[in-house]
Amino acid sequence: MADNDDEIILSELSDDELVQQMMDDLYDGLKEEIEEGVNILLERGWAPYDVLTKALVAGMTIVGHDFRDGILFVPEVLLAANAMKGGMAILKPLLAETGAPRMGKMVIGTVKGDIHDIGKNLVSMMMEGAGFEVVDLGINNAVEKYLEAAAREEADIIGMSALLTTTMPYMKVVIDTMKEQGIRDDYIVLVGGAPLNEEFGRAIGADAYCRDAAVTVETAKDFIKRKHNQLAAGG
Amino acid sequence: MSDALSRLLADRDWLLADGATGTNLFNMGLESGEPPELWNVDEPEKIRTLYRGAVEAGSDIFLTNSFGGNASRLKLHNAQDRVRELNRIAAELGREIADKAGRPVVLAGSVGPTGEIMAPMGSLTHNAAVEMFHEQAEGLKEGGADVLWIETISAPEEYKAAAEAADLAGMPWCGTMSFDTAGRTMMGVTSAQMSAMVEKLKNPPVAYGANCGVGAADLLRTVTGFVASGNERPIIAKGNAGIPRFQDGHIHYDGTPDLMADYAVLARDLGVRIIGGCCGTMPDHLRAMREALETRPRGERPTLDEIATKLGGFSSASDGTDGEGPTRERRGRRRG
Repeated sequence: MADNDDEIILSELSDDELVQQMMDDLYDGLKEEIEEGVNILLERGWAPYDVLTKALVAGMTIVGHDFRDGILFVPEVLLAANAMKGGMAILKPLLAETGAPRMGKMVIGTVKGDIHDIGKNLVSMMMEGAGFEVVDLGINNAVEKYLEAAAREEADIIGMSALLTTTMPYMKVVIDTMKEQGIRDDYIVLVGGAPLNEEFGRAIGADAYCRDAAVTVETAKDFIKRKHNQLAAGG
Repeated sequence: MSDALSRLLADRDWLLADGATGTNLFNMGLESGEPPELWNVDEPEKIRTLYRGAVEAGSDIFLTNSFGGNASRLKLHNAQDRVRELNRIAAELGREIADKAGRPVVLAGSVGPTGEIMAPMGSLTHNAAVEMFHEQAEGLKEGGADVLWIETISAPEEYKAAAEAADLAGMPWCGTMSFDTAGRTMMGVTSAQMSAMVEKLKNPPVAYGANCGVGAADLLRTVTGFVASGNERPIIAKGNAGIPRFQDGHIHYDGTPDLMADYAVLARDLGVRIIGGCCGTMPDHLRAMREALETRPRGERPTLDEIATKLGGFSSASDGTDGEGPTRERRGRRRG
């Protein structure tokens, strides 16, 4: 009678089974179970970085894909991100101690003139859920605010959000200012918001337009990987 | 049937609602980032012009300039103490215009979302949401709104909180959600789920439906879902005038008055009782919609293919109501 009602004892599972189960638990947004799983893997001698990438980030990737594909929606994704954060809280101090590579840091805000922040908030939550550090600048950000924060925080990514057709052109102001100051290539610039599209992202010189929070996470991971590769290649 | 909207609905086959508020106000010089609601006090003549634009173009219903007039949104501009005042004046200005129209015109008090995520995922509790919506509703009622018009909602929890506030204020109400994510609301609600939800409310709306979202075609696919659910409550369709396009450094909505006229006729033929526009819909669009509704004969209920042919394709293959949407095979689960 190995049916689904059997109580699952996480500590009795093999490593592989446990990681599989943790991915399922992330999918279902079960925070306490994720915290328990993280602690078990650590007790078994897993490096904190491996717990992060092989269990949590891998699990959130599935959540992100299903969000992108219209299988999961915001409520489920927020629950999953919340469970992920529970695991991250345990791992964060250990990651710092062990000098594990950072996922990356993002400063994010809605652009000057735009007060619509729900999309930006979702991106923040998903990015944190994926292990990124996020500095949220809130709404209505002038170019100076983005650039000061990016420099102060030594950010990898600048994220800009706009919901209005009247405010999205401001993204170009920010990017043009970065070019003038010769710092455009110091950052990955991601833009998003309901009225935007890829064509607009290209036209204003952003690195990428991100359709939703899940795509933002995937895109950010891609660009950070490329950045690490370039650094490794001495480029 | 004592309220003005129910009386009009009893008399008429279809009613024309209004178009965009934001797009019109930006054209009158509203700076982005500035909350439109402050103009009720600072630029009342421009708000009268906005209202008059809809009435003169033939709208039977128009919405007050109070979409972001709840404490949560106004707090972003440190105007959270002015909820009652800004909503009351939004409605008072509207009352003047409606009463001078020379025909019955319904003044609908616009109530938009709080912009916050509701508990347990977010921090906004049900009681706090009800209180915020109630405060706004009382202001709109005091200023003379005939009906509350709750719009662009994504979360069922927020829709229910707004309904409860309408009940507390003793106001008839309408409520629309925005279906912008693979044919569902951002929070995953399908058209069929919304149809079922409104009937479970203690004080169901006079009419329910969809506004904003993606383009006019998607909006009518959502309406098709409402119709298929068998719910006979009057349906509202307030779609965007096409999709915003970035061209030569400017952004414009690609829906022409002709396209919106087609949209209005298709909506009526689907059985929609209250037809209007949302973002990008200007008085010229409304005039074209009115003329088409008055002159083109009623046709058969259009199919999804016909809608896509006339208005452009849909943004996703499925809207979650046909069982054709993507799914994931799950292993054994802990619960369920």
